[in-house]
Amino acid sequence: MNYAFDFGWLADYWPVLLKGIGITVELTLVGGALGVSLGIACAWARALGPGWLKPIVAAYVEMIRNTPFLIQLFFIFFGLPALGLRMGELPAANLAMVINLGAYGCEIIRAGIQATPRGQFEAGASLGMSRIQTFWYVVLVPALQRIWPALSSQIVIVMLGSAAVSQIAAEDLTFAANFIQSRTFRAFETYFAATLIYLALAIVLRQLLRGLGWTIFPRRTAR
Amino acid sequence: MSLIEITEVKKRFGDNEVLKGINIDVEPGEVIAIIGKSGSGKSTLLRCINGLETIDDGSISVAGAQLLPDELHLKALRLKVGMIFQGFNLFPHLTAGRNVMLSQMVVKKTPKAEAEVMAKKMLERVGLGHKFDAYPDQLSGGQQQRVAIARALAMQPIALLCDEITSALDPELVNEVLAVVKELASEGMTLLMVTHEMRFARDVCSRVVFMHQGRVHEIGPPEEVFANPKTPELKQFLGVTH
Repeated sequence: MNYAFDFGWLADYWPVLLKGIGITVELTLVGGALGVSLGIACAWARALGPGWLKPIVAAYVEMIRNTPFLIQLFFIFFGLPALGLRMGELPAANLAMVINLGAYGCEIIRAGIQATPRGQFEAGASLGMSRIQTFWYVVLVPALQRIWPALSSQIVIVMLGSAAVSQIAAEDLTFAANFIQSRTFRAFETYFAATLIYLALAIVLRQLLRGLGWTIFPRRTAR
Repeated sequence: MSLIEITEVKKRFGDNEVLKGINIDVEPGEVIAIIGKSGSGKSTLLRCINGLETIDDGSISVAGAQLLPDELHLKALRLKVGMIFQGFNLFPHLTAGRNVMLSQMVVKKTPKAEAEVMAKKMLERVGLGHKFDAYPDQLSGGQQQRVAIARALAMQPIALLCDEITSALDPELVNEVLAVVKELASEGMTLLMVTHEMRFARDVCSRVVFMHQGRVHEIGPPEEVFANPKTPELKQFLGVTH
């Protein structure tokens, strides 16, 4: 092996990497927040919603969970303009991530809702709350608490999966790495650096989600 | 006019007719104990009165308003009739105080400060003013059930339905809950309780309803029902439980 490792060039490309990190973080924050919101709405619809809505949501969930993220992304970015729905690469990337996490999040959160003891619904009802009020104020937080570790993992998976958006020229961390590699031909060093950055991002994200869990859920759920 | 009028109420679960035509009129301030073997329909009757189960036949009216199974009528009914459950059903993610405040704010749109004052008052009333900031899992079963009573009372109902509220409690915790109920009774609250506490039924209740196989088998003041049971089924039931 006579390859000479050289990380010195990294100094020149920090701005490129930083911009990529910024976009990956932005995609994760927006995708995570809106994706979980969409997941909550869909989980409500599937577990407790009106009969006509359930098959619609089920179709959406199954379609997303049984097709590749990259294809979903290409469809939104390259396919939808045929219908006149044209958007930039960042909005398209954000939208794809929201739709993707919405479907996976739906199934995870639904499990949490369905594990709710019946007495919680009855207590809400007996106090005069409507079904939707009972869901929102009584059922939702303990349900999220039950599945928070699984949901956190899914959010991390979506963050890592965001590497695919580089394929529609959204300038995320992977796009930056590809760009640097094509300039320097330093594939090992470039992707080694990108790997470490993704690893660090994932660890930080997990810790943030754990901390968020502690603030949203002050108590262990008593059954 | 009676406060709660239950007329010819029937309820089926599939082929199983659980209530076979129940008639009971409850006057304001009455304390009624519903006793009977498990499967006799007593819990189902209570749940029908609060609209947690829909009835198949007959009618139930509370303070002159008919029980109809749409959300608007149910809400109106549930504002008049509170319910307390065997399993407490406190909201685990909220403190005792928040448990009592929630429905006031959500259902009655009471401002937070006002709801908090009411919650403190109701927790005081059940002897738990000092537990305002405790979470349900930090409370004993008896304390949790008293919070549940405070939560129902905060909605200012005209009647309370108690569904075996001491059955899930350790024996030494039963009395603290019954003491609260007794106090409510003495203040004139109308109470319908499914209970296995025969001594309590005898001491506190104005009438006792004995249910058997989906019917009101015997009804009367406790001294009559307990001292002088007329039917063999009630004799046997009392013999078994004493």
